[in-house]
Amino acid sequence: MEILPKLLSVNALIVAFLVVAVVTWISSVISVKILKGRVPGAAIAIIAGLILAFFGGKWTGGNKGISDISGLAGFALLGSGMLRDFAVVATAMGSSLNEMKKTGWIGAISLLVGVFISFFPAVIIAFVFGYRDAVSLTTIGAGACTFIVGPVTGAAIGADSSVIAISIAAGVFKSVFVTIFTAPLAKFIGLNSPQAAMAYGGLMGTTSGVTAGLAATDPKLVPYGAMTSTFATGVGCLLCPSICFFMVKIILGQ
Amino acid sequence: MVIYGVGLLAFCFLVGQFIGESLGRFLGIEANVGGVGFSMILLMICTDGLQKRGLLSVPTEQGILFWSTMYIPIIIAMSATQNVFAAFSQGFMAILVGILPTLLLFLCIPVIIKLLSK
Repeated sequence: MEILPKLLSVNALIVAFLVVAVVTWISSVISVKILKGRVPGAAIAIIAGLILAFFGGKWTGGNKGISDISGLAGFALLGSGMLRDFAVVATAMGSSLNEMKKTGWIGAISLLVGVFISFFPAVIIAFVFGYRDAVSLTTIGAGACTFIVGPVTGAAIGADSSVIAISIAAGVFKSVFVTIFTAPLAKFIGLNSPQAAMAYGGLMGTTSGVTAGLAATDPKLVPYGAMTSTFATGVGCLLCPSICFFMVKIILGQ
Repeated sequence: MVIYGVGLLAFCFLVGQFIGESLGRFLGIEANVGGVGFSMILLMICTDGLQKRGLLSVPTEQGILFWSTMYIPIIIAMSATQNVFAAFSQGFMAILVGILPTLLLFLCIPVIIKLLSK
């Protein structure tokens, strides 16, 4: 009886291929049969992944979602940053370099706007919730950029670990929110061209949210959104512990 | 050969990551700045150049296209490994900080697109 657990753990990546294929298949059936194609299968599969991640974390107490369940460890490799970035780069083939050059400056502006529009409203929310010191406020504000900018900023300016945990959680919520709501909102915000996708990628910043959200909206737009969002974490890590921290300190008079 | 395509993709990926890491180091921050973006630009330049010279064979192209189509399954796996439970256990403020500014960002997209069309 111990053959199966051993088989699953030795062949973890292959197990992950199979499980993702099954999840994708069930999602596409739900999409076509129940929702009559109103929600794309990819979007349902991604949301299913997030739900599985919630229960994986709840049952195991680990921090890597479903991959902490024994037998499903292969998800950690299949869903790793390495393979994600490798596949994202591959999507660039066939997309237009001219298109990207044309919108380069819009991408740059949206990156800067994206950091400030994430940061300051988040600082205000934290202030309303009773935080008063510049270090905590800045760290929570940084968490609203991406879930990497939060902890990097917090570590740089010496924030408390509980505040860093909040900033990571906020970043994860942003990523989940962008993942789920990009497709339904795409029509209303005009997200239907490479240019719009580049502006969107720079504004949102969260590479995981942007690439997953675009995958559910229109896979052709993925490389354009990924192109700008890949700079966002760097820009956030640059601005939050420096200019943004400085501005928060001035506003608070600390 | 399919592996030539995969190899070309790996080459562009690694060079781009190296540039991104170096740029991060140069700016004094512990983050990769635009690694994926540089990799993508490099891949576009390489495949474009090879195509014009007729050196990009169909199997080579398929080596890259395979990974491009594996993209959505990888994203599904990535979603399933996010720390969603811990995010929920951080409480209401973390949810607001994650979502309210993001709503503002969505509203900015039409504005920026309008700027672009001028």
